[in-house]
Amino acid sequence: MTLAQFVPLLPEIFLAVAGFVVLLLGIPMGRRGVRPLTLIGVAALAVTAMLVWLVGRPVDGPEAILGGMLVVDGMAVFFQLLMLASSAVALVMAAGFLERSRYGGGEFVSLVLFATLGTLIMASGGNLASLYVGLELMALSVYVLVGYFKLEVKSNEAAVKYFVLGAASSAILLYGISLVYGSLGTLDLEEIHASLVAVPSANPMLVLGIVLVGFGMLFKVAAVPFHVWTPDAYEGAPTPVTAFISVAPKAAAFAMFMRLFFGAFAPEVEYWRMVLWVAAAATMIYGNVAALTQNNVKRMLAYSSIAHAGYALMGLVAANQTGAWALLVYMLIYSFMNLGAFGFVILLESKGYAGEEIADYAGLARRHPAAALGMLIFMLALAGIPPTAGFMGKLYLFAAAVEGGYIVLTVIAVVMSAVSLFYYFRIVAQMYMHEGLEEGVIPAELLRDRWTGAMIAVCVVITLAVGIYPAPVVGWAKNAISAFGL
Amino acid sequence: MMDFQYGWLLNLICYLPLAGALLMMAFINKENSTGIKTWATLVAGLDFVISIPLWFLYKPDGVEFQFATQFDWIPSVGVQYIFGVDGFSVLLILLTTLLGFIAVYSSFTAIAERKKEYYISLLLLQTGMLGVFCSLDFILFYVFWEVMLVPMYFLIGVWGGPRRLYAAIKFFLYTLFGSVLMLVGILTLYFYNAGGLAALGLKGLGNVPTFSIPYLYTIAPLIPAEVQFWVFLAFFVGFAIKVPMFPFHTWLPDAHVEAPTAASVILAAVLLKMGTYGFVRLSMPLLPDATVKAQGWIGVLAIIAIIYGALVAMAQKDMKKLVAYSSVSHMGFIMLGLFALNEPGLRGAILQMLNHGVSTGALFLLVGIVYERRHNRMIAEYGGLAKVMPIYATFFLVITMSSIGLPTLNGFIGEFLILIGAYNHSWVWALFAASGIVLGAAYMLWMYQRVFFGELTNEKNEDLADLNRREQWTLIPLVIIAFWIGLYPKPFLDRMAPTVDRVLERVVVAMPEAETAADRVAELAAVPGEEAAGEHGE
Repeated sequence: MTLAQFVPLLPEIFLAVAGFVVLLLGIPMGRRGVRPLTLIGVAALAVTAMLVWLVGRPVDGPEAILGGMLVVDGMAVFFQLLMLASSAVALVMAAGFLERSRYGGGEFVSLVLFATLGTLIMASGGNLASLYVGLELMALSVYVLVGYFKLEVKSNEAAVKYFVLGAASSAILLYGISLVYGSLGTLDLEEIHASLVAVPSANPMLVLGIVLVGFGMLFKVAAVPFHVWTPDAYEGAPTPVTAFISVAPKAAAFAMFMRLFFGAFAPEVEYWRMVLWVAAAATMIYGNVAALTQNNVKRMLAYSSIAHAGYALMGLVAANQTGAWALLVYMLIYSFMNLGAFGFVILLESKGYAGEEIADYAGLARRHPAAALGMLIFMLALAGIPPTAGFMGKLYLFAAAVEGGYIVLTVIAVVMSAVSLFYYFRIVAQMYMHEGLEEGVIPAELLRDRWTGAMIAVCVVITLAVGIYPAPVVGWAKNAISAFGL
Repeated sequence: MMDFQYGWLLNLICYLPLAGALLMMAFINKENSTGIKTWATLVAGLDFVISIPLWFLYKPDGVEFQFATQFDWIPSVGVQYIFGVDGFSVLLILLTTLLGFIAVYSSFTAIAERKKEYYISLLLLQTGMLGVFCSLDFILFYVFWEVMLVPMYFLIGVWGGPRRLYAAIKFFLYTLFGSVLMLVGILTLYFYNAGGLAALGLKGLGNVPTFSIPYLYTIAPLIPAEVQFWVFLAFFVGFAIKVPMFPFHTWLPDAHVEAPTAASVILAAVLLKMGTYGFVRLSMPLLPDATVKAQGWIGVLAIIAIIYGALVAMAQKDMKKLVAYSSVSHMGFIMLGLFALNEPGLRGAILQMLNHGVSTGALFLLVGIVYERRHNRMIAEYGGLAKVMPIYATFFLVITMSSIGLPTLNGFIGEFLILIGAYNHSWVWALFAASGIVLGAAYMLWMYQRVFFGELTNEKNEDLADLNRREQWTLIPLVIIAFWIGLYPKPFLDRMAPTVDRVLERVVVAMPEAETAADRVAELAAVPGEEAAGEHGE
């Protein structure tokens, strides 16, 4: 082993070191350190992104490193850059919120960095073992982040629920991995794929293993029926953490899903496709219908993110070229529109607490027209109305499903996407059509927080720009997935 | 197939209101109510003025789509930005720009609060509507089709009546539900043209993937009947909700009753036309086989709409609701004309689309005028208005006559042509259609009688002011057009003739009696192959 072999690993190494540095710096700085540490964290993410770009660029084809533990290919670069960007946005959004709270900044920033490191490995893992390690690194950091407000009961409750269910799902995933290993004798994705291509197997142990791995992944992307942790974890977690976990870990889970099912298990598609079909349909229906009655915005966005996982699963069900790049595009779009929407939840304060109720939005358009317009754009995007990016993202997923011939699934998706408009527009109606001046109602105030505001502006720009001119993103995603022989 | 001359003009017409709205958003203070009104009127008026050249520059004997623009938008999936119009869309664009201007101009006193947002919504709506009529790429078309819903939702929901929240979301959800199903139809058509739909075992034609509507026209005869059926069904739901056809009409009375006057005018005059526009532009030429097969069913639904709409209108106590239900009846008429699938029927239906826009738009304006004065629309509250508001009564009379189809006015020409078309298809259709005309005359005249004639019984009406100058000017253009179409419809019919001919030419292929149909399919099937061979050869 020479030093040169570690060059492709530079981004991961750098980020790990940065995480520890921030952790150490956080001890003396305490609560005052939130903003400087955030800046250091963002700088670290930016440098990592640059390294990812430099390492990923000269590669002609996919390059396996460390004996196939990690793979550097177009898809890994796409997902890694996406996750680094969305983590940076979430981090900056969190700064003001953390400063207003009574908790320090050091651990928070370093945990976000470690979680991001986990997501990077999930996106580039070429081996079941390395993927699992990445997943656990991400998951453990996120459990702590959810319980970060250690004196709040809700935050603790959410962390415990998330941890117990997450650990159980990891066990299922691990059991599935062991069954796959038992039947094929290898953990390497390439080798699994090669041996399944050579001898398509109906071995029940293998099929069970694949299905159990699928269940584990469905838990991580919060698909029905493995979604029950989501609303509680999202509601209980500090809002910036909710914003973070609804985006980067979810995108990473889909990246890993793609590596496993488009890469390794592709020859067994006939066995897992039905499972994912049912999960996708159930997720879209349940997520959207359950969101209809939520009065807490964070819970509503939790169910909405369940529903969005359902749309994204359509790309996996289709299991074709279009499905693969549509999933990439969708994850990018979803990340920024969801972060933007959470940005407003972070900024809203009612009676000294976070403004989490839908009624807190009453009359926002009158008091803060620009903010209301921004929120309107995110709600339109989440509902998939053009000219926002949300429409373009859904369009490609629907196209992938239609190309695959899954018309029934597509019809379910489009009908549910029309249903989703109802709950997103409950917020819009509050902002524009209620005054918030009724007796006994104290409308929430929008905090002045430049950093969060700037990040929201970034999300608005991306949501609109990709919606109006999606060609570059689509072209990039299309190039990125050439690794899969779909 | 496309003429790119003056392509910039079409883009300018479409995006001018958007630019105006953005400038207003950025530069005009929300307290500056004069500035807002002046600017909005200026933008909408200018938009109408620059759309007038379309009327003169359009060449009825030229290629199918003129004033075209075309470039790649999302090249990797074959989405293009294609703008272009034929005579039919030119007429609808002129209708839109004129009514857009009137809607702005008529709102000066009706809208008391949040003026800036109101005029911004109106202008954005204008861009959305014009975009629908200009787009010749399915995705572009769909984008405008949905974009348009958002400002309309706000117009109803913010400035509407007491049940505005319910009406606004109902309008949005209904139309959205229809349009997302249309999207599935669009994607099916797209993949059928390209690589096929894998799991259904449906092999595609293997052409270059494209959403271009003019291109897809050429492959229409190659689409098998079964695919046509499902795509037609998906399109049908989208368009039928928009028209609205019975039984998808229930959102319409709610939306109309709650919407502010200008929004009602736009809704009736332009938005409803999008449904019928969709049938003529997309369903008929792209899916001829399914169109012919659906003819009977759609005829039945249209007849139900005509009779049912008229009967319900007759029972209404609220003037605005009466006009709303009369729209259901009139739109049924238009659908009947379209699906007669012959020349007089189609011509009459397209003309009637304009007529309905003019006369129902004017009716909503008129009802809005009296509502603004009394804040009441109940017919029973009025009576003898002709004595206090003679000018108003005159305008109302002319428009009523236009709506019920009195000769010399526009409604007559449209209804007459539709009747001929319906009769050519089947005398039963003509019979029902004629009875609808009788019912239409009955409820309109009865309302007119109750509102304007007799003694002035309600003392609140005694000192109602007659129309002021501005209100008269919102109505005069519509009255002029009503007489123009009624007395000399030829320019209008000339402009739509190429569209009518081409649509019929494409539909006739699928008609059972057309002997040449089989030959034509074979001939068209040969074309793409030859073209490909030619390209390779060169």
